[in-house]
Amino acid sequence: MADARTASAQAEGRTRRELMRRLNFQSGWVFLVLLLLIAVFTVREGGKFFDPVNFRNIALDASQLTLLAVGATFVIITAGIDLSVSSVLVFSAVVGAKVMVRLSGSPEEVRNYQFPNQDIGIPVGLAVAVLCGLGWGLVNGLIITKLRLPPFIVTLGTLGMALGAASIISRGASVPYVPYDVQTKIGARRIFDFMPVLVVVTAVIVVIAIIALHFTRFGRYTFAIGSNAAAARRAGIDVDRHLLKVYAVSGLLAGIAGAMDIARFATASVSTHSTDNLNAISAVVIGGTSLFGGTGTVIGSVIGTFIPAVLRNGLVIGGIQPFWQQVVIGAILIVAVYVDQRRRAAEERM
Amino acid sequence: MANRDQPVLEARDIEKWFGPVQALKRVNMSVYPAEIVALIGDNGAGKSTLINVLTGVLQPDGGQIFFQGQPVHFTTPHDARAIGIETVYQDLAIAPHLDAVANIYLGRELLRPGLLGKLGFLDRKRMKEETAQQLSRLRVRIPDPERRMSTLSGGQRQGVAVARAVMWASKVVIMDEPTAALGVAQAGMVLDLIRQVRAQGIPVVFISHNMPHVFEVADRIVVLRLGEVVAELDPQRDSIDDAVALMTGSAKAGAATEVA
Repeated sequence: MADARTASAQAEGRTRRELMRRLNFQSGWVFLVLLLLIAVFTVREGGKFFDPVNFRNIALDASQLTLLAVGATFVIITAGIDLSVSSVLVFSAVVGAKVMVRLSGSPEEVRNYQFPNQDIGIPVGLAVAVLCGLGWGLVNGLIITKLRLPPFIVTLGTLGMALGAASIISRGASVPYVPYDVQTKIGARRIFDFMPVLVVVTAVIVVIAIIALHFTRFGRYTFAIGSNAAAARRAGIDVDRHLLKVYAVSGLLAGIAGAMDIARFATASVSTHSTDNLNAISAVVIGGTSLFGGTGTVIGSVIGTFIPAVLRNGLVIGGIQPFWQQVVIGAILIVAVYVDQRRRAAEERM
Repeated sequence: MANRDQPVLEARDIEKWFGPVQALKRVNMSVYPAEIVALIGDNGAGKSTLINVLTGVLQPDGGQIFFQGQPVHFTTPHDARAIGIETVYQDLAIAPHLDAVANIYLGRELLRPGLLGKLGFLDRKRMKEETAQQLSRLRVRIPDPERRMSTLSGGQRQGVAVARAVMWASKVVIMDEPTAALGVAQAGMVLDLIRQVRAQGIPVVFISHNMPHVFEVADRIVVLRLGEVVAELDPQRDSIDDAVALMTGSAKAGAATEVA
């Protein structure tokens, strides 16, 4: 009897493990943390928290960080790091906004809030923002692969360079005279009268990233390089070329987030987003991606982005000091890395 | 031995210098179809250098490599792989976070047909099926080809590494110390695997320090010492003591054995 029970318990444990593996859910517990947060705030605050409009606001607030976290997921899976994204976002927003203002009308016109050429200025400005991000990503990737320098140092350098350059271009102030149509017609646009277009764009990018990471050769190379770069090289994979692409993607997504900044706020400022790089990295790590490379998921990073967003939102609604959010997230981050280390140790023992 | 007169791979008068040091001195070595030829020698004898020349990692300073009778120049490891020479490296060169299927197809992933393939979508089903076939053909037993390599034993990982090499090697498999890190049972498994490869008609160049392993599987043993081929032994006739004496230089080449 006892034996039979043990055997069936073992079989059950096996099935559950198998299920977790099939779902590729290395961080199932993090999802449970998110559900728990939602449950607690729903019980405490009721309809004030558990409300489609509130959820929509959380998603909108989290969308830019989600893009950075998606890029960071690819970078960290290759065992790299990209510290520059927060500055790249700001640089992209500032340059994009400047170009937008410049093309939308003469200096006198824009000062009077007249934008005769905004139909050209707005799309070109947004495109320039995106391309600036791509450009910085390529710079990171080229320096890392050609000069063979550690990504930490290279992106720490470009973190400073991009912010400094953005400050020079904007003279340290917010970019003025951005045509407000970019905000009213794009930033505040809603699909089906409900979902902000920025959230939809973010969701589409997340889905593409999930597919690219888990179902394509691009994703396979990303994991292989993080797992054993020498083995990947010997297998004939052009490791440098792939790393260049990965850092380019990270920059590109920061550029898109920069364009979103212009669309949301109809301005761009160097004094914002300064800790977004670290927030994106901690979201990725909380989501179960190992800083040592070789393993991780996009969906985990998205969950890792939403935990702080939900927490902050729930605390504000509950009238609790939102600074608690930073305390709790720091603790969750430490627990997440502890869990990752235990898991890797357990695997090596097998 | 079949087709004895036409080597698959032949190194003729290979010389290699590293600065003032001559690592290979007019080395001659042939690999015939369906044979296991062991390459032995003390540390610094030039085994790795010779293998690196044969696989395109290094370019020789003198001599010529022939493939199926034709002179060839390998400028990169890709060149050697392209004509069907695969190497199993000492440190295995597997990606531990990936499964056996992904490792076997690493750098040679099969893509889905049509548009999805052009977008880079992997054909996981086909890769999984063909991996299972390959592993069973070589009698490599692993619990599940879709389990991470880091959860497999050393022998199982070695099995996958060899299976990968054999999967892509149409002509020659070169194995650098494939039994070095393994226990007795696991080493036995890898030696069986080497025989399986030979049974498929593919010759194996087997580099090892382990004399019992060499004498167990090799058809022919080439002894390198200080960059020269000092002897070629027949494991049926010659003894381990002969081999060790030749490797260390305590026996003069040609004294007890035929000279290559």
